[in-house]
Amino acid sequence: MTRSRLSRTRSSQHDEETKQTTTTSSGGTAMRVIVPLQGVVQGRGGLFLGSVIPCALFYFLQLYLRGKHCDDPTDQGDPTRDPNAPSPSGSAGKLAELPGFPRNSSRNLLSPRSPRGPVLLSGRVNEMVKSGDSPYYAGLKKVLEDPYDEAGNPNGVIQLGMDENKLTLDLVEEWFVENAKEAILGGGGGGGGEGEELSISGIAAYQPSHGLMQLKVAVAGFMSQIMENAVSFDPSLMLLTAGANPAIEMLSFCLADSGNAFLVPTPYYPGFDRDVKWRTGVEIIPVPCRSADNFSLSIAALDRGFNQAKKRGLKVRGILISNPSNPVGNLLNRETLYSLLDFAREKNIHIVSNEIFAGSTHGSEEFVSMAELIDSNYLDRDRVHIVYDLSKDLSLSGFRVGVIYSFNNNVLAAAKKLTRFSSVSAPSQHLLVSLLSDTEFVQKSIKNNRVRLQKMYVAFVAGLKQLGIECAKSNGGFSCWADMSELINSYSVKGELELWDKLLNTAKLNVTPGSCCHCIEPGWFQFFFANLTERDIPVVMNRILKIVSVCKASS
Amino acid sequence: MAMENELPSVVLSKVAVSETHGEDSPYFAGWKAYDENPYDESSNPSGVIQMGLAENQVSFDMLEDYLGQHSEASIWGKGSPGFRENALFQDYHGLKSFRQAMAGFMEQIRGGRAKFDPDRLVLTAGATAANELLTFILANPGDALLVPTPYYPGFDRDLRWRTGAKIVPVHTESSNNFQVTTQALEDAYERAVAMNINVRGVLLTNPSNPLGATIHRSVLEDILDFSTRKNIHLVSDEIYSGSTFYSSEFTSIAEILEARGYKDSERVHIVYSLSKDLGLPGFRVGTIYSYNDKVVTTARRMSSFTLISSQTQHLLASMLSDKKFTESYIKTNRERLRKRYEMIIQGLRNAGIECSKGNAGLFCWMNLSPLLETRTREGEVALWKSILHEVKLNISPGSSCHCSEPGWFRVCFANMSEETLEVALKRIHNFMEQRKTASV
Repeated sequence: MTRSRLSRTRSSQHDEETKQTTTTSSGGTAMRVIVPLQGVVQGRGGLFLGSVIPCALFYFLQLYLRGKHCDDPTDQGDPTRDPNAPSPSGSAGKLAELPGFPRNSSRNLLSPRSPRGPVLLSGRVNEMVKSGDSPYYAGLKKVLEDPYDEAGNPNGVIQLGMDENKLTLDLVEEWFVENAKEAILGGGGGGGGEGEELSISGIAAYQPSHGLMQLKVAVAGFMSQIMENAVSFDPSLMLLTAGANPAIEMLSFCLADSGNAFLVPTPYYPGFDRDVKWRTGVEIIPVPCRSADNFSLSIAALDRGFNQAKKRGLKVRGILISNPSNPVGNLLNRETLYSLLDFAREKNIHIVSNEIFAGSTHGSEEFVSMAELIDSNYLDRDRVHIVYDLSKDLSLSGFRVGVIYSFNNNVLAAAKKLTRFSSVSAPSQHLLVSLLSDTEFVQKSIKNNRVRLQKMYVAFVAGLKQLGIECAKSNGGFSCWADMSELINSYSVKGELELWDKLLNTAKLNVTPGSCCHCIEPGWFQFFFANLTERDIPVVMNRILKIVSVCKASS
Repeated sequence: MAMENELPSVVLSKVAVSETHGEDSPYFAGWKAYDENPYDESSNPSGVIQMGLAENQVSFDMLEDYLGQHSEASIWGKGSPGFRENALFQDYHGLKSFRQAMAGFMEQIRGGRAKFDPDRLVLTAGATAANELLTFILANPGDALLVPTPYYPGFDRDLRWRTGAKIVPVHTESSNNFQVTTQALEDAYERAVAMNINVRGVLLTNPSNPLGATIHRSVLEDILDFSTRKNIHLVSDEIYSGSTFYSSEFTSIAEILEARGYKDSERVHIVYSLSKDLGLPGFRVGTIYSYNDKVVTTARRMSSFTLISSQTQHLLASMLSDKKFTESYIKTNRERLRKRYEMIIQGLRNAGIECSKGNAGLFCWMNLSPLLETRTREGEVALWKSILHEVKLNISPGSSCHCSEPGWFRVCFANMSEETLEVALKRIHNFMEQRKTASV
């Protein structure tokens, strides 16, 4: 049970909203039967089966490959499991047998013992099994089984598919060595004069599920700092969650009903399919962006997406943008943001601005947060919600600290109750309060993060350029978005996946293919570089060179 | 500007505006009263004493000692690969060392009478998340879980809110100490069928919250048989398993499965957490242990929404692997809880109040039905209100727990010092005295 501040959510305004919801949704009830079937047909103009074909193609590719590699694509490998241990069963996941006990017959779900069939699971399970076959998971598995190590395993798979930032890890480590012990348990940490007890009874007991106010204050300050103090954040409008994924999911639950939709510009982060859609029943309407204008978001495209949804009987409840975007790394400029607000106001929908890479901008362009626009604009406050992730900018992904920042009190009230399912661990919160209160460390960390990201980005892009591979212009994030369409033998998702397979299994590089990000132009790949060192870059480039040569030779 | 004012405000989802979170009940209202006027021995001796929160503070000192002596563990675990792995690790499999330690701890609590495979453990940020996650996996919106009453009020939220699942209560009576019977299960099942609702499973809490009692082995066998007959799931929430006063009195569903050679076990799932037994609710550590491979895989993936901080995993892996510490802790914790229980039972008895027979948990189940003006839910709520506002004690009314008989209350005793408990018992005593004189 969690203690929570009780807050009344009922108000006459709410009743009004509820009424509105029911009247508008009853019109769509008939469509609700057809829509889920139609929902399979995504993508532009209804002509291109956006998500089904890549998944299906990949599934068949995997079946073909399985014959060669004997791998089980449905389960992500255990990083600590011995990759050489024999798999006890080919069917379900790799679960070791209990020593000395009869074999767990639950593995065979079609046991003749139960002629009624196996005990049923929910529909959600099947959706998950389908998505588990994606390149995203297959690549991850390969890395876990055979991870690259400069000294110990120089021929291992290099992880370029994980949005992890190791660039400032050494700074954070240094801080921990000097300060962490006291920070968790000892008297008051960071010289704070508040007399807050950090003893076991302080961190062990039930805490507010939406985060300690102290940490919110610290995070608000931190967010402001990384955005060059262009905007200040109010801790009372903030909720803390166990990472950014639950933050996105919670907002999806709060802003849309099952069967409604969000407009999401493509290419987008593959995890959105899980975070926005999986348990919520909310649809994603992809809004394609093109390389011709560096994958910029156009309002016209949004409008087209909105109308398409309408034709299909799908009610659009909001737009989910990422700024800086992932995988491309674009920054949305002020003008675009204002246009977005206008569009959202016109359609009376929400905007979720995913700004988790705000502190990881590099290059000359200015980052503008949605919060900055809303600061001076009271009219649209209720429709804007920002998601942030502390771990991205601080190399602390294991700590799981996500942020929902909203000006809408009703959303805050509802989401606050949801945080009980995804709270941040108290000792981690206390540690972070100390860390973030160390202003010197924070400044150093932010600055270094940017400098190092810039360096890696420049070096990586240059390396690819030498191989004849151009990247989209990017100003933020941990990756570059590379155009390898010249190297694929058929300009299609199939061709792209074949190249992906070569990269993974021949070059031993795990990268993310554009189709996973729902990119409408085949041949684009996402290379994460923030978890590499400078020394790794030539190794990566050499491996890519081999593939490039092979592709050029065969074409 | 006028045009803007005419636009309807942007709408929220049904989930957001629904009341299914169940937080408008007295259960939560009492906490509000406590928050506004909390008891403090020196500074606010007439404040509200919180007896509605099942938190275990009786063994804090032991944890404090441990952490004081093993401070390096608090940061990134004893002898671990070190800081880097800790800081970046976000694999939803969870740290192997932590899962192993948890499995070992769960075995210890059961006196070694059941074995747990660390690879079947899925980690979640608290049992709240575990219960919700399991419901997402086992039931579609509109389907139901059978839950014996009285049950933890939070289930109304955890099992139903976002999942869209329903709870069909399995009624129990004081005449047999609120034990579940096969007949009651069958009745509940029939009721669901009559309402055209698909029953997907039974969810038990063993030891029970709010009863504070373990479920008899024979009853567990009956419930398992019932679940098998209906081909539905059985979720056993065993978060109080380490809080039974006598280790031998607790039977885990795992023991029964073992005795049956794991036949038909793919329908069974166990929920556990460190919030109660170890008194660490702030750490947010829960787990699902499932005998069903598909459930394990799906739960693991779904746990992305509710991962435990790697730092916490490291810290606890060290602590839980320290067998000497855990054995001593479990033993001492049981003894202290038992003593508290005896203290409160005696104190209540002296005041003329009886409780149902309990042997576990952080609370007792108190019978105030003789005091009710009317033997109805309204009568119970009225009594609860007067206890909250006059006696300044926050206890939980049975109606919040969906108890079929009015007049029962859950009273927590482990979240305060002995002195505070004395104060509470004194207040109850005075309250009862006043009632006696008033009725004369």
